[in-house]
Amino acid sequence: MADSKIKIIRVGTASCGIAAGSDEVLKAIRGRVSQDVSVEEVGCIGHCYAEPIVEVVTSSGEEIAYSNVKADNGAIDSVLSLGNEFRFEIPRARAQKECIKVTRLAGKIVPTSIEEYKANGGYSALAKSLSSTPEWVIDEVKRSGLRGRGGGGFPTGNKWHFLSLKKADEKIMICNADEGDPGAFMDRSMMECVPHQVLEGMLIGAYATGATKLFIYCRAEYPLAIKNLSAAIKQIYENKLNVLDGRSLEIIIKEGAGAFVCGEETAMIASLEGKRGMPRFRPPFPTDRGWMSFPTLINNVETFANIPLIISEGGDEYAKLGTLTSKGTKLFALAGDLKYPGLIEVPMGITLGEIVFDIGGADRDSVKAVQTGGPSGGCIPVEHFDVAVDYDSLRSLGAIMGSGGLIVIGKERCMVETARYFLDFTHRESCGKCTFCRVGTKRMFEALERITGGSGTEDDVKFLEQMGPMVRKGSLCGLGQTAPNPVLSTLRYFRNEYDDHVKKRQCAAFQCNALTDVAIDQKNCIKCKLCIKNCPVNAVSDDFVIDNSKCTRCNTCIEVCPKNTIHRVKRGEGYYSSSPEVKNGQN
Amino acid sequence: MSSRFAFLSEAGMDRSSLIKGLQLVQKKEGFISDEAISAVAGHFAMSEAEVEGVVSFYAQFKRNKPGKYQLSVCDGTACHIKGSSLIQEWISMELGIRPGETDTDALFSLETVACLGCCSLAPVMSINGKVFGKLDRKGTIKILKDYRKNG
Repeated sequence: MADSKIKIIRVGTASCGIAAGSDEVLKAIRGRVSQDVSVEEVGCIGHCYAEPIVEVVTSSGEEIAYSNVKADNGAIDSVLSLGNEFRFEIPRARAQKECIKVTRLAGKIVPTSIEEYKANGGYSALAKSLSSTPEWVIDEVKRSGLRGRGGGGFPTGNKWHFLSLKKADEKIMICNADEGDPGAFMDRSMMECVPHQVLEGMLIGAYATGATKLFIYCRAEYPLAIKNLSAAIKQIYENKLNVLDGRSLEIIIKEGAGAFVCGEETAMIASLEGKRGMPRFRPPFPTDRGWMSFPTLINNVETFANIPLIISEGGDEYAKLGTLTSKGTKLFALAGDLKYPGLIEVPMGITLGEIVFDIGGADRDSVKAVQTGGPSGGCIPVEHFDVAVDYDSLRSLGAIMGSGGLIVIGKERCMVETARYFLDFTHRESCGKCTFCRVGTKRMFEALERITGGSGTEDDVKFLEQMGPMVRKGSLCGLGQTAPNPVLSTLRYFRNEYDDHVKKRQCAAFQCNALTDVAIDQKNCIKCKLCIKNCPVNAVSDDFVIDNSKCTRCNTCIEVCPKNTIHRVKRGEGYYSSSPEVKNGQN
Repeated sequence: MSSRFAFLSEAGMDRSSLIKGLQLVQKKEGFISDEAISAVAGHFAMSEAEVEGVVSFYAQFKRNKPGKYQLSVCDGTACHIKGSSLIQEWISMELGIRPGETDTDALFSLETVACLGCCSLAPVMSINGKVFGKLDRKGTIKILKDYRKNG
């Protein structure tokens, strides 16, 4: 039989795998293998570009991975015969630079199997904690130097220490799983792939701090994460792992309802109380007065996922990795203009260049900047890619570590449009409590709309420079305080692009529609008429000239042209014979 | 309370479960009607204005009846730089609806969402929760046509 040597087949069925078609692959494989082969649904190993990924474990214990396994491309034949086609090798540069610790079990075990998690060392850190004192646990976390992975970077051990000192009938611990930054999916991946690891971290935290009620506030957009966490919580109850030192803990999942500001801790608490998720002034800090006035501690998913590792190997050992002020590893969600997007785990102190070029496989000549920290972060230009990544160095560049979204921006993108995009997001997500955030971000957005819309002036640019720091100062919570970052950082590093828009009425990236025309290169056009047939507004004439007053810049003709002869060009200048260079040329 | 909203008891009576109660309503009925607002207010012993205040704060809650298929075009950062606004435009042209609208057959509703968390497959969209990745114009339109064919 073809599959006689195969013992286990693991199919990656996290959200990204499913989106790539792993559901059908799973079904097809199940239909073709014999009873004695165990077909498992596992999480993701972080190589999203290669999804769907299938891993085979042979009777001799060898693990062979296959990538791009679709139900209909013949890859399954190769998998089942242990063939050489479709075999997956981790790109060498990535294998060298990555440091897999926290994500060690992701994609290797069935997420909802407590037995598999235990067989791989799971819950031993909890047992180790329970055999020692809460003070010892807090001390280990302090020694590890772990800082909040949600972006704030507050020392986790200190936070735990504050809560442990409180005397109250109930103490609350909240896991912030409201990963709202567009472009970030680290927490989703951890919850989907290793829910027990996150929960073990929470249980250890509850033991150390005396918390009695544990909430997980998860985005409703992550149905699979909620499903896997719920299954894991059920197993915890069944195994009585929620009984610590005679105290029985309650673990509750609450689904968010789509408000970015709820990632801020006081807003999250309000939301968990069933109210509008608006932040409030601190102090009192949540550890003094939080959910329903009880002392409350909030940590991020990734922070909790680090805890079992710290307890197992010891705080001092953990702290050996990283920089002076930032210890351990960090997960990044790598996406954008690069070859190998995915979830990566790297040691603190790695350079941006190593992440983008070596691990991400981005082309050195085509990258302009990287955007860290989502709408709260900033754009860092390629000249600064030698900086070592930690909380403090990124802040000094006008960006932030944030939760770990890392978007690579290619040279063909417009930075003003990128800033406009982020302000579009933040001005809509502002809860409206603080005037500077509510009105200031809106006015900044309007100025950016004018600039990208072709009617901006130098005064608009000056206005952005003035208003940015005011919004930062005049806002209560992190949303408003960081909302100007994308604008201020692009103004700092890409001022020339703003000037081009307002002085020359030009978008060098040909991205801003109002400053761009679409034109056909008559010399190379083969008159196939596909553009004429497909144009939704009949803007292409019978002699292959585009009427730019009709054209909506929808790019349809550019997509359908078989000879790549249609391009976006500078407004009013028709077609350049040198257009491809002009299109890609920057500044 | 009418038996139509009897399922609210699943959320318990505590006001901190208001959002959970509203989520239950939306799951069962697809949106939050005026009648639902009164029923929820009655259940949690609060005013309709308070309930409406919470509903209007959160993007997830819809006050209008959506189509059979909810198209959510991701406009997260990765998708945005990979051209999600074009994807949305192509869909709008194909279906004749803008984000926030439902087509006349009540078959499709269109919205843009901040991030579906599948950034490495950008640009993506989801239809009733099923995610489609690495979209281009042809692929997007084919997906819509397949859904329309299946009704």
